[in-house]
Amino acid sequence: MAGYIGTSQSRIDGVKKVTGAAKYAAEFNAPGLAYGSIVASTIAKGRIVHIDTSGAKRVPSVIDVITHQNRPSMADNDKAYKDDVAPLGSPFRPLYDNRVMFNGQPIALVVAETSEVARDAASRIRVEYTEEPHVTNLFQQLDATISVPQPTNPSEAVFTPPSARGTPEQALASAAVRHEGTYYVPIENHNAMELFTATAVYEPGGKLTVYNKTQGVQNVQRYVCGVFGMKPEDVRVLSPFMGGGFGSGLRPNFEVVLAVQAALALRRPVRVVLTRPQMYALGYRPAMLQRIAIGANSGGTLDAITHDVITVTSQNETFFRQETGWSALLYKSANATYAHRLARLDRPTSSDQRAPGAATAVYALECAMDELAVALKIDPLDLRMRCYSDRDQIRDRPYSSKALRECYAQGAAAFGWDKRNPAPRSMRDDGDLVGWGMATGVWDATQMPITVRIALSAIGHAEVACATSDIGTGTYTIMAQVAADSLGIPLENVSIKLGDSALPPSPVEGGSWIAASVSNGIATTAAAIRENLLQIAKTMPNTPLANVGPDDVALAGGDLVSRLDATRAVAIVDVMQHGGIDRIAQEKTTSPVQDEDRAHNTHSATFAEVKVDEQLGVIRVARVVSAVAAGRILNTKTAASQILGSVVWGIGMALQEETLIDHRFGRVMNANIAEYHVPVNADVYDIKVIFVDEPDDSNPLGVKGLGEIGLVGVAAAIANAVYHATGKRVRDLPITLDKVIGVA
Amino acid sequence: MTDPEDGPTFHPTRRDVIAAGAVVPIAMALPPGAAAQSPSVAAASGRVAVSLTINGTQHVLTIDPRTTLLDLLREHLDLTGTKKGCDQGQCGACTVLSDGRRINSCLTFAVMFEGRHITTIEGLAAGGTLHPLQQAFIDHDAFQCGYCTPGQLCSAAGLMAEGRAKTPDEIRELMSGNICRCGAYPNIVAAIQQAMGRS
Amino acid sequence: MINFQYVQATDVADAVRQTDGDPRARFVAGGTNLIDLMKMEVEQPTRVIDITRLPLRQVEPTPSGGLRIGALVPNTDLAYHPLVEERYPVLSSAIMAGASQQLRNMASTGGNLLQRTRCAYFYDVATPCNKRTPGTGCSAIEGLNRGHAILGTSQACIAVHPSDMCVAMMMLDATVHVTGPTGDRVVPFADFHRLPGDAPQRDTNLNPGEIITAVELPPKGFASHHTYLKIRDRLSYAFALVAIAAGLDLDGDTIKEGRFALGGIAHKPWRDPKAEAVLRGQPANAATFTRAADVLLRDARGYKYNTFKIDLARRCIVRALGQAARATPQSQSHKKIA
Repeated sequence: MAGYIGTSQSRIDGVKKVTGAAKYAAEFNAPGLAYGSIVASTIAKGRIVHIDTSGAKRVPSVIDVITHQNRPSMADNDKAYKDDVAPLGSPFRPLYDNRVMFNGQPIALVVAETSEVARDAASRIRVEYTEEPHVTNLFQQLDATISVPQPTNPSEAVFTPPSARGTPEQALASAAVRHEGTYYVPIENHNAMELFTATAVYEPGGKLTVYNKTQGVQNVQRYVCGVFGMKPEDVRVLSPFMGGGFGSGLRPNFEVVLAVQAALALRRPVRVVLTRPQMYALGYRPAMLQRIAIGANSGGTLDAITHDVITVTSQNETFFRQETGWSALLYKSANATYAHRLARLDRPTSSDQRAPGAATAVYALECAMDELAVALKIDPLDLRMRCYSDRDQIRDRPYSSKALRECYAQGAAAFGWDKRNPAPRSMRDDGDLVGWGMATGVWDATQMPITVRIALSAIGHAEVACATSDIGTGTYTIMAQVAADSLGIPLENVSIKLGDSALPPSPVEGGSWIAASVSNGIATTAAAIRENLLQIAKTMPNTPLANVGPDDVALAGGDLVSRLDATRAVAIVDVMQHGGIDRIAQEKTTSPVQDEDRAHNTHSATFAEVKVDEQLGVIRVARVVSAVAAGRILNTKTAASQILGSVVWGIGMALQEETLIDHRFGRVMNANIAEYHVPVNADVYDIKVIFVDEPDDSNPLGVKGLGEIGLVGVAAAIANAVYHATGKRVRDLPITLDKVIGVA
Repeated sequence: MTDPEDGPTFHPTRRDVIAAGAVVPIAMALPPGAAAQSPSVAAASGRVAVSLTINGTQHVLTIDPRTTLLDLLREHLDLTGTKKGCDQGQCGACTVLSDGRRINSCLTFAVMFEGRHITTIEGLAAGGTLHPLQQAFIDHDAFQCGYCTPGQLCSAAGLMAEGRAKTPDEIRELMSGNICRCGAYPNIVAAIQQAMGRS
Repeated sequence: MINFQYVQATDVADAVRQTDGDPRARFVAGGTNLIDLMKMEVEQPTRVIDITRLPLRQVEPTPSGGLRIGALVPNTDLAYHPLVEERYPVLSSAIMAGASQQLRNMASTGGNLLQRTRCAYFYDVATPCNKRTPGTGCSAIEGLNRGHAILGTSQACIAVHPSDMCVAMMMLDATVHVTGPTGDRVVPFADFHRLPGDAPQRDTNLNPGEIITAVELPPKGFASHHTYLKIRDRLSYAFALVAIAAGLDLDGDTIKEGRFALGGIAHKPWRDPKAEAVLRGQPANAATFTRAADVLLRDARGYKYNTFKIDLARRCIVRALGQAARATPQSQSHKKIA
């Protein structure tokens, strides 16, 4: 089984994307489509006393105004609002009652014949509130934090801080060299390019077809069914293309509730598209305040680590991820302690954002390691090598594979790390200060249960179907590659169906687990088709495959062929003809093999060069080398793009990104992409991606996933480079020029 | 039966479409009274007539004057290849070519484009053959989610027509009005360089 | 966006007539700022007068050796105009430092002068803002004011003017030609924009019904010693923290005349004759430039998040005047700061 897997393949959906034919959630039209415009709260906490909708209703072409007072019936219990990935607590219920829980909360939906009228009318709604005191500032809640809750089941335990080891306080006190620092990462918003949208098409008889921007069509389907008491067969959710997710579409967002409310109330199709400012009332990467203390002996190995973290969540839900576990996992240290506390804010619930927990926590860990290397007067890469561990330091078990050493070696070689002068402010180029920094990255390699249906026709065309999503990750393409190889047919003979809740079950597209899950799922289903063909082939007269076992045949070039003797083959078309069929369809569920005795992770090493204008503090990330160990790479072209994009995210995180809240109003004040800066083309120079060879047998295809790992460590590498360039250590992101301007 | 992935059949029978493809005079269709009152007053009723050519086809419509060129394309003509990413001129996803120049279609009223020739992503490929930029974007994997891509492509076509960008630095700067949150920028620059080499 | 009456003006007189004393009438040309503000409900015109068909698209030399720029000349056309690139390269550079090529293709010269501030409170109708709704208070003074003014502020407003182009025009001693109900007049650039004072709702000294018809540049363009240096939070497509247009007229190493105007630090492009006087007759070196910077910033006042701008502005002035003196103007595409 080889051919397409592991090669560089252009996206099979590329032509659709470059011609504008790829359709996103707002691009499905329906006769009689009405447009919904959201009215959002302008206070952070309180109650709605009165909503005056008369001004809106007077605008010609307004169809209706939906508020908590006239909305369709919705469930009255938290369980109904719990989506597949909901955290602990009580999920927000859009237009449910008169409570205002965050600024920007939807409090009414104006539905009109055109989007222009809907938006106009929405601006004419007058709301009276009784305001209550709110808190949106993490730093005002430091005395009121709560510990992360004790897990009630194994899936929750994944996010609990690891147990303490040894006697960290004593070990820190007696360490030859200590570093202690407080690091801060602000709230960051996903800022995917597509606006969250739901087009809810009401069908006669009350069925709904919902085109929604989501990373999990079946998650949305279950959620809509729960909230509105509908049956799964009456709700179909589609998302064939998604204009960027990064975690923002893991949970159903409020636009889908509002669109469905209006469609049910009006019995006609309704589209709700958020405005860009309204996107900032959705989930966000929680701000993270963390203190790390590391003690080392003079030989440069660690004696103690303490890592204390505070992140933010809402009043109604308790969102947190594994924040401290990464520093527990990565490096050898006999003594360690970890703590994670939460600050509740009057804001929407925080959410997953690319490499949740790791992007922020490993940033601090890897900056702290850099600071320790400076204190120890050893090279930062050398320190990582001295502290290298071949075993999971939390559970003391081996890794299924860990080629981080190779990442360090190949990344350093490609970057030219050996030419680094260790002294800060020692390197220059044409007047600019030059800094080189590096950092380690780590993420989980996870596989989830998934179901794949394949229908193979006699003439060698296959349709592969699964309710997963392609959020830009290249899922369409890797699915086709794996199917083509598994079935022995050309890539162009494979068609992929995904992003439809009516297809075989898939988990949400997140956590970097879909590539491993769906690729192995395809291989499993293809094997079932092969077996099916073999059973029929064995009944053919004079069959050459009479004594061949199911593991000893392959599909290749339109034949069913013995792996041991290529002359023993029959044409698939003949097998099907013999069986009296023109296609074989199989649907199989593939679950990961339980392998608790080994740790399953991806790793990376990032090397960054910055150039800093000494007088003005302007920072340019001149080049980045990212070396990644992530098992088998299914498609080197789309995989490299994922890492490339992650590095760009890291540049934004390090230098630009911050959601700014005016705490007097509890309101995001840079709720647009002119003032919330993400990198533009001019910010991005040379990025080199290296995939190191990392054979892994955790799953048959040896796939680990790539969506997150490319980001973890990038901000630290850049921050460390800024220190090396300027001699100034900035521990609160983003590193804007005012934080380094004083260095001259 | 309609495949839901393609959506229900679109009905371009909305009241605003008077004619498409027909050759009509370019001049504004003024209500008689308005013309007598002042040569410049149009449509006090709130709806205004506009005629513009999109991808070579002339469209004559009567629209709400608030309709942006972007919404005209997406909501009235089912040309959904042009994307709405911010609706505020901050992302470039809505970039189209107006008389060959790249503009943000979200920050302009369609009615102001009377008589202009608009090219959208749907009009970039000539006769079923991909534009060299489109092929280069595929070759270099210059996109991931694809949502900013039509805007990047129209912007790149405008950039090539301008003839100002020669170096990677100049391409980067002059493509900075198109945000790609997936971070495909280096591949976008490489793709544009490839297309420039061919043209 | 509320509905409005859309009308087209056929000539300048018609455009003025169409305003008809209506304070809620607005001209639209490029639309890049007005339409955004209308979507945000900040601007709510009841009548929108399309002036794109007015014959104001010429860039032509004046008899005195200057350049007259029609108000509807798009930013890109102006930046790329051969006479501008040759004689007023600082203006080309300033234009190319602002916005994106798409926006520059749309935005007009006159509209650029009338851009409104990017202050987040001005843009968000849910918050108090004296500029948007006089008498409600300034949210920025005690709020998020990283991007706000350090000079010429008032108790009522600390917003900044967002334009790059205007900074160069200010430095070049441009004049603004306007036509209104009572006739034509010419406004020196320095008098065109206002400081906020107690009427921050008024950005400019344009009278009701007046329309910009042209901007005129005097002959002196500082083509050999100039720069436009813009410092911002990302390397392109962002508003200035501090920007500076500088031009020097040198006799050997001695400054015969030096000019510099700053953007991003005040309610209007900021220029100070006293600071420029410091340069006159002095050697073109860092010490001279620092003295001039200190004079320009003598009354600078920082707020909670923007105090760094005082230091940044000082460094920018010194650097930019150095660039001008060395004849190494800042490239807007090559991001290394010259």
